[in-house]
Amino acid sequence: MIEGISIYEILTLTTILFFIGVYGFITRKNLISILISVELILNASVVNFVVINKYLYPDILQGVFVSIFIIAVAAAETALAVSIIINLYRQINSVEVKDTEVMKY
Amino acid sequence: MEKIIFYSLALVMIVSAIASVSSRKMLRSVIYLLFTLVGVAGIFFLIDYNFLAAVELTVYAGGIIVLMIFSVLLVHHIEMKLEVAKLSKRILVAIVCAIGAGVFISTIYSYDFKEVSIATTTTTTQIGTGLLSYKAGGFILPFEVISVLLLAAMIGAIIIAKGKKLDDVRRKTEERG
Repeated sequence: MIEGISIYEILTLTTILFFIGVYGFITRKNLISILISVELILNASVVNFVVINKYLYPDILQGVFVSIFIIAVAAAETALAVSIIINLYRQINSVEVKDTEVMKY
Repeated sequence: MEKIIFYSLALVMIVSAIASVSSRKMLRSVIYLLFTLVGVAGIFFLIDYNFLAAVELTVYAGGIIVLMIFSVLLVHHIEMKLEVAKLSKRILVAIVCAIGAGVFISTIYSYDFKEVSIATTTTTTQIGTGLLSYKAGGFILPFEVISVLLLAAMIGAIIIAKGKKLDDVRRKTEERG
């Protein structure tokens, strides 16, 4: 619990963060920028899990475990995505979405 | 006091998130993302989940940001400006996102959350026992699955990033040109 802050305010903050991430995911044209937007979306959901756990069911810890798993999956996903991006850059010398034709079809 | 800290954290997080998705220099956009992640860790500290805040700081702010900075420096010319989408598309997407956020926020405010106010402190011991217990409500199976996933992701990342040998690539370009 944060003194004087209700759950609604924190959920509003995470909603705004989530939609900023969605905006970035759609408008950016660069693979690394898209990865950054995905991180924003994942972080917003992690905060949601933790806050709902703390405010509504403080005696169990399920939300904490789920957020730890989300963080681990995000780390694995980032490592794989960065290696794919670097490999792609070696082959086509660019990380723009419009040049990425190797993985199509 | 907590109110002031929370609102300043929220302001920093939203401003740096917007800067991160709209900055035209890629390295700056990664650094703005770092500010947002530190803000998330601050919120975890505020609601008294110290272990999670430490995990957020080490894994996200320490690991993922460094990985991204490495990849930006490897694949990008530092003074090159990013291409941006057309203005009409950006405005359209911004409007759609604002509508979506409005729907979400109105749904949240119309739902009656039953907040309970028990001030319990969570220790790392509790988190560790919960993660490794095999009784009802224990998380041992996902814990093992996530360790296998991390191993697979690590091996896959090494194999993908290794790519073809440079000799092969050179031979292929010579054949082509």
